[in-house]
Amino acid sequence: MIINHPLLGPRDASEFTYLGDANLMNRPDWLSENASEQFYEYLYLRENPAGEHCELWYHEQGDRSWLVITRNTLTNEISKVELARELERSA
Amino acid sequence: MRYSALKLLTQALTGNKGWKPVWRDPEPKPAYDVIIVGGGGHGLATAYYLAKQFGITNVAVLEKGYIGGGNVGRNTTIIRSNYMLPGNQPFYELSLKLWEGLEQDFNFNAMVSQRGILNLSHSDAQHDGYARRGNSMHFSGADAVLLDQDSLREKCPYLDFDNARFPIKGGLWQPRGGTVRHDAVAWGYARGADSRGVDIIQNCEVTGFKIEDGRCTGVETSRGSIKANKIAVCVAGSSSQVMGMAGMRLPIESHALQAFVTEGLKPILPGVITFGAGHFYVSQSDKGGLVFGGDIEGYNSYAQRGNLPAVEDVCEGGMALMPMIGRARILRSWGGLMDMSMDGSPFIDKTHIDGLYFNGGWCYGGFKATPASGWCYAHLLANDAPHELATKFQLNRFKTGSMIDEKGMGAQPNLH
Repeated sequence: MIINHPLLGPRDASEFTYLGDANLMNRPDWLSENASEQFYEYLYLRENPAGEHCELWYHEQGDRSWLVITRNTLTNEISKVELARELERSA
Repeated sequence: MRYSALKLLTQALTGNKGWKPVWRDPEPKPAYDVIIVGGGGHGLATAYYLAKQFGITNVAVLEKGYIGGGNVGRNTTIIRSNYMLPGNQPFYELSLKLWEGLEQDFNFNAMVSQRGILNLSHSDAQHDGYARRGNSMHFSGADAVLLDQDSLREKCPYLDFDNARFPIKGGLWQPRGGTVRHDAVAWGYARGADSRGVDIIQNCEVTGFKIEDGRCTGVETSRGSIKANKIAVCVAGSSSQVMGMAGMRLPIESHALQAFVTEGLKPILPGVITFGAGHFYVSQSDKGGLVFGGDIEGYNSYAQRGNLPAVEDVCEGGMALMPMIGRARILRSWGGLMDMSMDGSPFIDKTHIDGLYFNGGWCYGGFKATPASGWCYAHLLANDAPHELATKFQLNRFKTGSMIDEKGMGAQPNLH
């Protein structure tokens, strides 16, 4: 599997480590009323779709950037690769 | 038809013309007491024990494809009970005990072969860890023998004992572990369930649940809608997809795992051997092929196939463990879907929807659990209360903090 890094170009997926669903970027507010319920869902429950999946990959053997990759879990086809920090800024 | 040596002989003498299909191909009835979604090993075992132990025979097993076409036909066939934590260990020991009597119980040759399983240790600390694991296995009556390097050199002289990075210090040996002919498990349970009146309905995909006022009253399928008092889901890698139709999100990610078989070789391995410094396990099938595997791919996948980095990693593990394996040629490799849970342990539980039950999250260890999973799931369905050895496999354990994290990895399914 080749990941087309936005800065470094095509890199082999074995240079990366995988964290999981990109929703892990949206950490719940720990001061909210039902923070415990929200953190339970954030930490443990997953959509786990069969199809398009936005997910976090870390370029550990490269520039150590976090990427948000849109990949089809049925075919492994990657349709979009973005830098997580830029998504964070625009959010 | 009961199988016996006499039956075999008379059939052989009469041209083998008397064999008949061993399960029916019924049309779905409009309603059942229990519907089991998923005709894999666990689903068929559940149906078998529901009928045999609990006398509930108005049961249908709905299978999207053909029975035994999923993970029960794609695994590396290992049985063992070398777990450590209290929520897990006694359950897997029940499973191993059921394996031991299975063939007589369902009158089918599943080729249960207790040739033993050996977990190797590569440091003093790891060896101490195995001593502790062995002791906790003894608590539930399981067998475990701690072996030192000398006795291992005698048992498996071909291992790379003096490997500079991963010297082999010893190992934990479970003599009652071993391998089983996986397809025969599905067939044996299917035959046993069918002969007691269970309808096994293949090519029947569940496309939705009928849920009214918090109660599940039936399923929509590709062959019409079917009513039932209880609906029991056990669909392994597709758990999130199927339970998603009931509006549930699960503490599960689906990942792909590969397995490999070499050309047939003369007998060399005494049983199952696992590498302790990486993830690699190997056994030898009755046909002589070395059957081996290692880590999952590491990212969510429904592809039923893997990629090359995992192949490389598995083969490196094999070479570090027994360099002679490099001379064997791989004949086949394949992939299957693992329902990886957030703590590496399974679920056998009711859901918050009345009448809807869930069994899943077996990660890559579901095969060895097949008999006990079926037994305990049938117990839950029949009594509406968990079996005493499966009380910890609750869906809400992450909320209450009672995880069963055998590897201590936390909520990171690709590391379990």
